Amino acid sequence: MESVAIEREIGAEPQRRGRAIVLTSGKGGVGKTTTTANLGTALAERGARVVLVDADVGLRNLDIVLGLESRVKYHVLDVLEERVDLDEALVPDKHSENLRLLAAAQSREKDEVQTAQMEALIAMLRERFDFVLIDCPAGIELGFRNAIAGADEAIVLCTPEVSAVRDVDRVVGLLGNRFKPQLIVNRLRPQLVKRGKMLSIDDVNGILRLPLLGVIADEPEIIITTNRGEPLALRKENPTGAAYHAIAAKIAGEDVPVPMPPAAKQTLLERLTSLFGGGRS
Amino acid sequence: MIEFLRRIFGQRGSSATAKERLRLVLMTDHLELSPDMIETMKRDLVDVISRHVEVDRERIDVTFERQESTLAMLANIPILSVGRPSANGNGKHEGRAPSPDGSARTSKPKRVAAQTGPGAEGQAPPKRKRRRRKKSPPAPATAPAAG
Repeated sequence: MESVAIEREIGAEPQRRGRAIVLTSGKGGVGKTTTTANLGTALAERGARVVLVDADVGLRNLDIVLGLESRVKYHVLDVLEERVDLDEALVPDKHSENLRLLAAAQSREKDEVQTAQMEALIAMLRERFDFVLIDCPAGIELGFRNAIAGADEAIVLCTPEVSAVRDVDRVVGLLGNRFKPQLIVNRLRPQLVKRGKMLSIDDVNGILRLPLLGVIADEPEIIITTNRGEPLALRKENPTGAAYHAIAAKIAGEDVPVPMPPAAKQTLLERLTSLFGGGRS
Repeated sequence: MIEFLRRIFGQRGSSATAKERLRLVLMTDHLELSPDMIETMKRDLVDVISRHVEVDRERIDVTFERQESTLAMLANIPILSVGRPSANGNGKHEGRAPSPDGSARTSKPKRVAAQTGPGAEGQAPPKRKRRRRKKSPPAPATAPAAG
């Protein structure tokens, strides 16, 4: 660990190094992989060179979400164990020419990867890409530690659910200050929030208190595009697709407003209720 | 009438319940204190304060909040009457932190949210009205390093 840090200081500073950002959440199923695919696509569409690293060894998924499952020949461990060159293992994306995928090993175990190896790999990738996005596995064990090892920034993903918020809270505690974690709230349903049936952004971030990168609505199109292996970020006309682009712009350092899903329209019933003084306390 | 309509057209959402449950569970997660210990702490706190003023034990609300890098303890302790004819004859301190001989002070500085008057009764639980805030290190036993 220390030797790596030293290498960073003395070592190859001539070229500028890309940013390594890990997407994590603690809890599974909150949309890490989908978000990684979409943010990677959006960043690449902006012209940045982007590589997505699937750190979920044993449960490879980023390839199928991107529609690249038939193109994967080698994986992270092939590179780490020096069976192939890094270049051979990087899968070019179908849609965005600046985007590459480094797939996870599917038939291996998480504990076959060593933390130091992962660090070295990410360091290598940072020399060639502007952004290295690391899709972290669920949990807080070795897979998590490996996924964060080479990163220096973190995006934490949370859905408006008690379990997800609690897990993010825990993960942020584990990350400490080094990763400057920023928050994406995923799968928000404005209509439910409005009716007081779902935690709101303020509820979630009142607890987590993290810089908010963006809010993604619970959007049926995500399911459809994932079925097809085409990230929704390819369609900027879709509000959620556009939200990914706005988040990408924020990541890239542009001063754009935090993307929010459009507020739900009031239903007739709600209008009636508020007419009768039904303002919620 | 309004209540009736409200019940028909949509009750208070479950998100409030979710928020409250989260708040409580994170409080214990952070403190690594058992709910029992928090109860005890609360009771001790109230015991000290009620030596001087009469407080509404039913509606005491003690919470913990993360701020920047520390954890803050927030307590809302409704006061029923000030200048209580107290048992230990020590009734008129200035409604502030009671510290007869400095011993109470060793724990944490306290300030009490005065919630007297008719408005305090029968209202919805005072969610947003926490007026007191005292910083405390995560471990409740240690005193904050004063200045």
